[in-house]
Amino acid sequence: MTVHHLTSRDFKAKSTAALEDAVLQGNLVKLKDNFLARRTKAKESLPEFEDLRDASVVIKKHTIAHLDFYLEAFEAAVTASGGRVHWARDDTEARAIVLDICKQENAKTVTKGKTMVGEEIGINPFLEAHGMTPIETDLGEYIIQLAKEPPSHIIAPAIHKNRQQVAALFNEHHPHLEHRGDDDVDGMLADARTVLREQFLKADVGITGANFLIAETGQTVIVTNEGNGDLTQLLPRVHIALAGIEKVVPTLEDTMTIMRVLARSATGQEMSSYTTFSAGGRRKGDLDGPEAFHVVLLDNGRSKLLGSPTEDILRCIRCGCCLNACPVYGKIGGHAYGSTYSGPVGAVLTPSLAGLSEAHHLPNASSLCGRCEEVCPMRIPIPKMLRHFREEEVASGKAPATARRGIALWAWFASRPGLYRAMTSLGTDMLSRFGRKRGRFSSLPMAGAWTATRDLASPQGSSFQSQWAKRSKS
Amino acid sequence: MSEARNAILARVKGGVARSDDDAARRAVAERLAGHTRGLQPKRIDLDQEALVDLFAENAQAVDATVSFINSAADLPEAIADYLRSRNMPALAAIAPHPDLDGIDWSAGTMEVHRRAPEANDRIGINRCFAAVAETGTLVMASGPDSPTTMNFLPETHIAVVAASEITGSYEDMWDRLRSANRGSGEALPRTVNMITGTSRTGDIEQTLQTGVHGPKALHIVVVKEG
Ligand code: SF4
Repeated sequence: MTVHHLTSRDFKAKSTAALEDAVLQGNLVKLKDNFLARRTKAKESLPEFEDLRDASVVIKKHTIAHLDFYLEAFEAAVTASGGRVHWARDDTEARAIVLDICKQENAKTVTKGKTMVGEEIGINPFLEAHGMTPIETDLGEYIIQLAKEPPSHIIAPAIHKNRQQVAALFNEHHPHLEHRGDDDVDGMLADARTVLREQFLKADVGITGANFLIAETGQTVIVTNEGNGDLTQLLPRVHIALAGIEKVVPTLEDTMTIMRVLARSATGQEMSSYTTFSAGGRRKGDLDGPEAFHVVLLDNGRSKLLGSPTEDILRCIRCGCCLNACPVYGKIGGHAYGSTYSGPVGAVLTPSLAGLSEAHHLPNASSLCGRCEEVCPMRIPIPKMLRHFREEEVASGKAPATARRGIALWAWFASRPGLYRAMTSLGTDMLSRFGRKRGRFSSLPMAGAWTATRDLASPQGSSFQSQWAKRSKS
Repeated sequence: MSEARNAILARVKGGVARSDDDAARRAVAERLAGHTRGLQPKRIDLDQEALVDLFAENAQAVDATVSFINSAADLPEAIADYLRSRNMPALAAIAPHPDLDGIDWSAGTMEVHRRAPEANDRIGINRCFAAVAETGTLVMASGPDSPTTMNFLPETHIAVVAASEITGSYEDMWDRLRSANRGSGEALPRTVNMITGTSRTGDIEQTLQTGVHGPKALHIVVVKEG
């Protein structure tokens, strides 16, 4: 099992770079006012929101407990509607399947809707190496494709870029179009529309991800705001949907229950602009639509999570909300995690799929403040899982070395003011809740090995720094 | 390929560790056939007239514009008015839908081309299958009379829905679509699009911009009768 382009080992160097990246810092600060504030508003205007979260958890738990049957049912329904399901044990098999389909089509241009599984299996460089041109069509993905960078947020892949950087990229890559000034965002949008329209119209194959696979109907579902995913799957001769096996849900009714929490948690919208249900290829009399419809079901380590301490991460609907709420992500952004999946969900998913030895820093890069679990629409107990990884690391037999590393990472965090503040001020609530009883922590997971021998004084009330900030404001 | 399939399914089966496979299989079959609904939001506990209002309110909240007409015969004029107010030409691609065919489009001095949209069409008109009041969402069902490209290619999308087709929840809509499709040989249309507002992106500095790939403007005409 591999996760493409995994560089989680460089976590420290990349975090340091992130802290010094003024543009990134500026953009991350906006996360709270944007996605997170809008989520709160959306949640408040739907009194049933919390109950819908509970219901969504129940649906996914049921599905995961019967995953084999639902996958079989999904496959049967896709086949019945004229599509084809392919199974890939790992990234290598998934790439081979996609390449095979593209070759049969003699494909030259392959348009892509945003797909995290596509990132996970590294499909773009692979297709390029085989003489094809993959074109990302989601604006954020297009920007980072031009910049040759990986995504830094699950739903906002170019969140680390500012408009000046986008203007520079566009001016460099669109020499045939008007030069764009730094503030001409409308112009940049118009350029993206023009350039990508051409690609949509000439593409041979379109690759998208899938937010849901519906077992009842054999439909794949994409949820987008731009409409790029739709043009990607609609205009070329062939549509390939890439999805992890955990994306299946039983019925349309179940899908809609989860849909009610998805957009609200992700962007704070009640519904994303476009939610599209696709089944099979073009039918008799249809004036448009792809002739062939393929679904690639990817395992890549997911099945081994069943029955494991991190099974619950299979409920994840990739809304990105835990990233927006996470004080550590809010300081270092997504690239520092060195993996397709960043933030709290990435800190669980990456070591789960790729192995702890590849990503041992990630579970340690958290104050376990609990914000992620608080906002996660699927109520995934991320802090519990991070704790599990830390324990596993200590128990792995490499205890002395890993213990040193654990404390070393803590010391390293503490020596960086931005990170220390992010981790302590937001964490104080929870830390003092844990520690209040005795005023001491007997076990502080971040410093596991250290607190095993001595207690760490727990914060009393809010941290000095946040009190200071409060006072200086009033 | 079937080797990968069998290996994955075997691993999943091993992972879920069930005691009674037959009972589980029955539970799954029942669930798939049952269409059991989850929690329905209270905001849709309204009569049809109020649902239509809620639909319009929610659609407008996501930058769609909505106009009401009394009968389908008024469509050409209503659409021409809208286009004039936006300084747009009265020239559109129109879905070859029977409900739109019987209308005298010259009445609004509209020029319409009855076909799937082409790359340069600026305005597209089509017929919704339904709309959902809960979030102001349009529902388009693909078919020979409803090309999906009409929802995405033109810069301005004009969608026609009857007031009676507006449902409270998504689930009401799916039930209606399931029964409408019965007898077609297929469970559901190839593509079902739920459309809530215009095309938008927040990918440049998290600032919401409209019309990146899909329509920059969405105009909904609600026909009160028929
Ligand atoms: S873990 Fe939860 S909050 Fe994070 S992306 Fe997944 S579903 Fe969203």
